[in-house]
Amino acid sequence: MKALEARGLAKTYAAAGGNDPLQALSDVSLELGAGEFVSLVGPSGCGKSTLLRILAGLVAPSAGVVFLDGEQPEVLLGRVGYMPQDDLLMAWRTTLDNVTVGLELAGVSRADARVQARAELARFGLEGFERHWPRALSGGMRQRAALLRTFLAGRNVLLLDEPLGALDALTREEMREWLLEVWEADRKTILLVTHDVEEAVFLSDRVYVMSGRPGRVRATVDVPLRRPRAQELTTAPEFIALEQAVRAPLREARAGLV
Amino acid sequence: MNRPSSTTALVLAGRLEPRTIESLDARRLLRRFAPPLVFALLVLGAWQLYVVLAAVSESVLPSPVEVARALINDRGTLAPSAWTTLSEILIGYGVAIVVGVALALAVSSSSLVERAAYPWLVISQLVPVPAIAALVVVWSGFGISSKVIVIALVSFFPIAVNTIDGLRSTEPELLDLLATLGAGRTQQLRLARAPSALPYLFSGLRVAAVLSVIGAVFAEWVGSYSTGLGSLILIYNNETATAAEFATIVVLACIGIALFAAVGLAERTALPWYRVPRAVPAARR
Ligand SMILES: Nc1ncnc2c1ncn2[C@@H]1O[C@H](COP(=O)(O)OP(=O)(O)OP(=O)(O)O)[C@@H](O)[C@H]1O
Ligand SMILES: [Mg+2]
Repeated sequence: MKALEARGLAKTYAAAGGNDPLQALSDVSLELGAGEFVSLVGPSGCGKSTLLRILAGLVAPSAGVVFLDGEQPEVLLGRVGYMPQDDLLMAWRTTLDNVTVGLELAGVSRADARVQARAELARFGLEGFERHWPRALSGGMRQRAALLRTFLAGRNVLLLDEPLGALDALTREEMREWLLEVWEADRKTILLVTHDVEEAVFLSDRVYVMSGRPGRVRATVDVPLRRPRAQELTTAPEFIALEQAVRAPLREARAGLV
Repeated sequence: MNRPSSTTALVLAGRLEPRTIESLDARRLLRRFAPPLVFALLVLGAWQLYVVLAAVSESVLPSPVEVARALINDRGTLAPSAWTTLSEILIGYGVAIVVGVALALAVSSSSLVERAAYPWLVISQLVPVPAIAALVVVWSGFGISSKVIVIALVSFFPIAVNTIDGLRSTEPELLDLLATLGAGRTQQLRLARAPSALPYLFSGLRVAAVLSVIGAVFAEWVGSYSTGLGSLILIYNNETATAAEFATIVVLACIGIALFAAVGLAERTALPWYRVPRAVPAARR
């Protein structure tokens, strides 16, 4: 039984303001086993965010179905964790109050939510910053705070839209190792969108490569590399071979040779 | 955030950009307040000099010293009048806040209501308040209520419009995120839309503070039988007691400045997060 399964998802955005209707996704199927780390790469504008928003229950697909733990949920919204492309921390809440917002909405008392959040601060590199306003956090910290907010909400499946996208190269490398540690500790099921092939291969059990618009799954690359993984792995021949296996279909997709 | 663009439109609608609050410290205070104070002293000095040298009659243009003297001599009349006008303003301003915010919440409760009501809200400002003021007196008499209504009428608008802008300013992505965390409309309002509207609300409050003082003077002119500063101006004007008239204006200005400063102080207290300096460059923001 798969933790998350999408079958034949399609999305056409209705015509608006003089624009023609736009087909963003056509016939996307993918599956994530419980505890798997899966990445999604594809050219810009191929519908990756749209796919995540469908899986999060924010956008209704034009066709296709989504299954959670083998069942088609009546209401999808609120069943899976979702981290959008921007960190979207609320400027008017301290770091601590930002990361607890999911717990608060789940009816957990403020005191209990804070206890739970405090227990995770160190792991997310936010210790000592819980009373800071988001504006005063660095980019990496904001991103970790947004991740902690997603983790604390307690869903088993997490959809992460370019969580490291806004960071500089060095911080990115640090953060992806850190992200693996966090994931290995509590084995959530993660679907991560990225533009970075190395990052996708490094993190994932499997990489889906999408075609240009309308997006569909063009290639599926399994990544049988041993875990735990460290930065050194990225220079190993088998790693580079896998990177190539992802890059080739991606390059064709970028060139429009769908 | 949707930002108003044209300066004229800004002034017309009484909209101001939510500004960033600077932190208070002595050096900055000095740098901020010293130049305008020195400038004011220079102007007052030039005025005094002109009046003395050109021997202008006091009934035409009293010198600053004569105005100061009037301020002290007439304090027995000015103080109770100031109190009357201040109470009118505070009540009227309070009503404007309640009405403005309630209207903003109602208008932005649904996009249909917003589309239906918003243009009329703007058009309502094209009706000249003087015309209504006289009617208000007919309806609600010469007592304090007519003044309160006129003050509220002239000052609710910037509060309402800015708050509506503010309630709209929340990033839709944030609302989506909250929805995935289980927030319904009410919780989205409480957690995101209301707090992100606060800086806008305060911009509106600042404009409304200015308008409420103008409204008070106006209401007293039309409504008369008030013991407030506006009526006092008319009385002194009739008596060509020009120095006393100037003194009254000074008191009115002080009320306006105090109200404006109070709003600034309230903003500082209510929005501690709004004046935090930004952290070092994050790649995208
Ligand atoms: N709400 C919407 N209404 C209409 N069109 C939309 C909407 N959201 C996205 N689109 C269009 O759908 C297409 C896919 O957008 P999407 O954001 O899903 O791409 P993406 O793969 O996430 O791109 P990127 O890698 O740049 O983030 C784009 O052409 C976009 O313009
Ligand atoms: Mg995207």
